[in-house]
Amino acid sequence: MGHQETVYDALTAAHGDEARWAFGTGFDDPLAGVDATVPDAVDPADLGAYCLMLGDDALVLGQRLTEWITRAPELEEEVALANIALDLLGQARLLLSRAGSAGVLGRSRERAGPGVPDEDALAYFRDPDEFRCSALVTAPDGDFAHVVVRLLVAATWRLALAARLRTSRDPVLAAVAAKAVPELTYHRDHAARWVLRLGDGTAESHRRARTAADAVWPLTADLFTATPVERRLADAGVGIDPAELRDEVRGVLTQVLTRATLAVPAWPADAPPRGRAGEHGPELTVLLDRLQDVARAHPGATW
Amino acid sequence: MSEMTAEGGHGAVPLSGVPVQPEPTVSRRDWPLYEVFVRGKRGLNHVHVGSLHAPDAEMAVHAARDLYTRRNEGVSIWVVRSADVTASSPDEKDPMFAPSGDKVYRHPTFYDIPDDVPHI
Repeated sequence: MGHQETVYDALTAAHGDEARWAFGTGFDDPLAGVDATVPDAVDPADLGAYCLMLGDDALVLGQRLTEWITRAPELEEEVALANIALDLLGQARLLLSRAGSAGVLGRSRERAGPGVPDEDALAYFRDPDEFRCSALVTAPDGDFAHVVVRLLVAATWRLALAARLRTSRDPVLAAVAAKAVPELTYHRDHAARWVLRLGDGTAESHRRARTAADAVWPLTADLFTATPVERRLADAGVGIDPAELRDEVRGVLTQVLTRATLAVPAWPADAPPRGRAGEHGPELTVLLDRLQDVARAHPGATW
Repeated sequence: MSEMTAEGGHGAVPLSGVPVQPEPTVSRRDWPLYEVFVRGKRGLNHVHVGSLHAPDAEMAVHAARDLYTRRNEGVSIWVVRSADVTASSPDEKDPMFAPSGDKVYRHPTFYDIPDDVPHI
């Protein structure tokens, strides 16, 4: 190979039949060769319900981040938020597909009609009461400080979970977790860097970061309470009891806020996970209206 | 000669005296500009791919990752403040580059290069 004019030329030249792609190549399928059989002694309904919890967290947080497209404070940060949202959407797709293959489709399958894949049926044709996401991700955000503080908390919790799920007895969950860990490590790092800069920045950025932390901290109340499904799957070596994540999550968040010169708000008392039971505030209905509008108006449409 | 800058990676451009319509208002940006260099998976050297605004160098690396390597292009990123780039001036183009235009003997084409010597 001779002198390489650009980094992109080099890549397309190096990959032969993948040269039709203008830019990067060599993409991996995270589920290639993974056995999709539900493990022994695991109720597929439990596995599906668990995948909905984790998938809905990713889908809804991804949508919250997507709402910042065209109104992020800087163009570079807009692309960063969009990339993070896309990572989360990718995790949601794999998890919702897994829920569908485990037979957990609720009312969505019939509504979506034939030709709509399970993951799309679940994302676009469930009503808010069928969603299993936590209050942390459904809450609307206010300003950019709120975005990065919430992202820091959500990514810290999800990274702690994904790191443990890599040894799940369910090979699909283990593969999804293995793919998610580097993504979430970046999300947490990106959010932490912004929290450091806002907290230890100007008086105004400090004030906003502090207000955001005060608003987000109460949303952690139900993050460490296991549902019966999570307890059964944790016993079976498939899922994780979220109580196990408490020390790591609180330790990381305390460290970041302290270094950002922000007061660490009081940790809320444990609360029952209402979101995991489908109990959500009206803000999820508004979010889903936007998320589902086109798919419901034109079911099965492609473009 | 007017003051020059290489910001934006488009070579040296004058900082003042360029007609702009409408008259530019105060910039929304007060973040400095960084030039971004990416080394591809099989690339030998870092190649200039573009520029971006960032509050500091660490965040510039993050932004570069999101803007210039999101399609799996790179394995290493350098950023450098555009203000730190010293560029040759277009006014000096002839004295700088014309003298090398007729010196073909400077290419290593008049002797044999062994097959196993790459990248010349």
